[in-house]
Amino acid sequence: MRDLILGAVAYDAKVVPIWDGFLAHFRAHGVPFDYVLYSNYERQVAAHLRGDVDVAWNSPLAWLQAQHAAAAAGRRAQAVAMRDTDRDLTSVILVRADRGPATIADLRGRRIGVGAGDSPQATLIPLGELAEAGVEVVPVRHDVLVGKHGDHVGGERDAVKALLAGEVDAACVIDGNRLAFAREGLLAPGAVRVVHQTAPYDHCNMTVLDDGHPAIARFVEVLLAMSYDDPAVRPLLDLEGLTRWLPGRTSGYAALERAVTRDGSLAAWLTTIGPR
Amino acid sequence: MTPVDVDLADLGLDEGGHLPVARALARGGAVRVRGDAPTLAVDLPAWCRARGCAIARAGDAWLIEPSAADRWRGAERAGAIDAAVDHPPARWGLAARGALVEAGAPALDLPLADKDAVWADEAARLYAQAAAAQWDPATAIPWDAPAEHPAEVEDAVVQVMTYLIENETAALLVPTRFLGKLHPHFREVMQLLAIQIADEARHVEVFTRRATLRRGALGLSTAGGQASLASLFAEPDFAIASFLLSVLGEGSFLALLWFLRDHAPDACTRAVATLAAQDEARHVAFGLAHLGRHCAHDPSLRDRLAAAIERRHAALAHTSGLNAEVFDALVLLAAGGWTSAALRRGHAAVVALATTMDDGRRQRLVRLGFAPERAAALSGLHTRNFM
Repeated sequence: MRDLILGAVAYDAKVVPIWDGFLAHFRAHGVPFDYVLYSNYERQVAAHLRGDVDVAWNSPLAWLQAQHAAAAAGRRAQAVAMRDTDRDLTSVILVRADRGPATIADLRGRRIGVGAGDSPQATLIPLGELAEAGVEVVPVRHDVLVGKHGDHVGGERDAVKALLAGEVDAACVIDGNRLAFAREGLLAPGAVRVVHQTAPYDHCNMTVLDDGHPAIARFVEVLLAMSYDDPAVRPLLDLEGLTRWLPGRTSGYAALERAVTRDGSLAAWLTTIGPR
Repeated sequence: MTPVDVDLADLGLDEGGHLPVARALARGGAVRVRGDAPTLAVDLPAWCRARGCAIARAGDAWLIEPSAADRWRGAERAGAIDAAVDHPPARWGLAARGALVEAGAPALDLPLADKDAVWADEAARLYAQAAAAQWDPATAIPWDAPAEHPAEVEDAVVQVMTYLIENETAALLVPTRFLGKLHPHFREVMQLLAIQIADEARHVEVFTRRATLRRGALGLSTAGGQASLASLFAEPDFAIASFLLSVLGEGSFLALLWFLRDHAPDACTRAVATLAAQDEARHVAFGLAHLGRHCAHDPSLRDRLAAAIERRHAALAHTSGLNAEVFDALVLLAAGGWTSAALRRGHAAVVALATTMDDGRRQRLVRLGFAPERAAALSGLHTRNFM
């Protein structure tokens, strides 16, 4: 049997030790596994559609891109697994406690610091919710590593710095990063208020097209059996930011889908991928 | 099981509020959290998600279930604080002795991990003594003390200092090589070797400073002297290296430093020799202590130590041993001048020094359990370079 190839995006240097560790684990458990890294999700989705990889570790936006492109070609995409930390995330819109707007209606016409232009959590979902509420704002993007769909935290950090410097009136970040920036000392306690919290949404998933590789069932089985109690696996789970793998679900991508449909970016990208 | 209640009041998770929650969760059951910090509703679910804890709204509170993920399952204590184990495993790595060590830590390459080979019950006391006896070269030595001895005697001081620097460099580097291989579980030994190395660094400093006090160039370094030290440097066995360096080499050096103290032409040289000798005495004491313990646990070690002396003697047989310049410099130092009477006195003192060194080596070998006749024979095979 040929190897089952996983595609992942190299958003950080730690991605190499993560997948090297997974490679050893999968092979030790009878999965003929290898991986390929891409510099951006669009190239990974295109490679997946072409059959270069069998399973893709996709951002939520890459999932939608793969799902829609597959559907257009009469194919089927499924999310076979995700991290426990991929479920029910929210994003928050922060304003300065001393001078910020009181409600999201007050954000109308204001400059909103967002992350990279393709970040679901720091840009697309919060801007989508503002648009749905009829609040037109002036987004100020912080494009750190575009193509990596906001996986790199730098864009959110820059948006918060811009807020604290008074360059923007609000900043969008994923909920957990508010605490992370407090730990870093970037956000002093009481320095910002949360003026809006989005509805819960889901983040990354392991995407498979059609029936996938013959070993895909075994791959999922070994993945879901990874235990935080296993000292050989725990460092990998810590690096990847999870305590356990869960079966994939696709119910948490509706807000992002509405956002990228409303702004036309998904349709525009689909025209570049062409018929498959 | 009734949930444990935690009321954070206005304490936010961004200012330490996670601590009471984590403490309550550590008891193993569900926790009900209340609080009115403005961002608690954002922070608490995010904090729980990252830790694998389930969280749900329960009226005006949140109900949190502990995570099944337990980083500390399979963790083990790295021995006890006050007692080193016989064979600490490599997986304890750099953890403090007595710490709870998470499973899965990388195993470090620490080949000196056998208590019998490295331990001495005296290590803690010797370390404490060394820490208390550290001296500051800038203030402990009268660098400006007057010197009225002849120029040739100053040249002799420079030659002896040059020789001392070379030997103390070996005494610094030999334990350094083993320190990097020693399992840090043997904390007191690690600390003692470290301070011993710092002692040698200071000796190199003060000998250099004394040598260059009145001269712009140092003395001679011979191939024979370096060959003797190279045989120490190349020794891969900790017990043998400590035996050759500390018990025999530094033991002989003790007599040399006392000789310099007694025959120093000026107060500065006397102070340098006196302070260095105090430190060296501790190094010898540790060598004797851990080798004595080692020999008691493994009597066959004595034969290996004896064989090491014989092997080194054979390897150095073709070298000249102590260089003539150092010998002559010592004679001149002890003489203090060029009169026949002075030179005769100086020469006799250096011959007596060799006897003193031999006596000391024999006594130390006997302390390690060698029979007096064997000790006398082995002492006679010690390198003529002294170290």
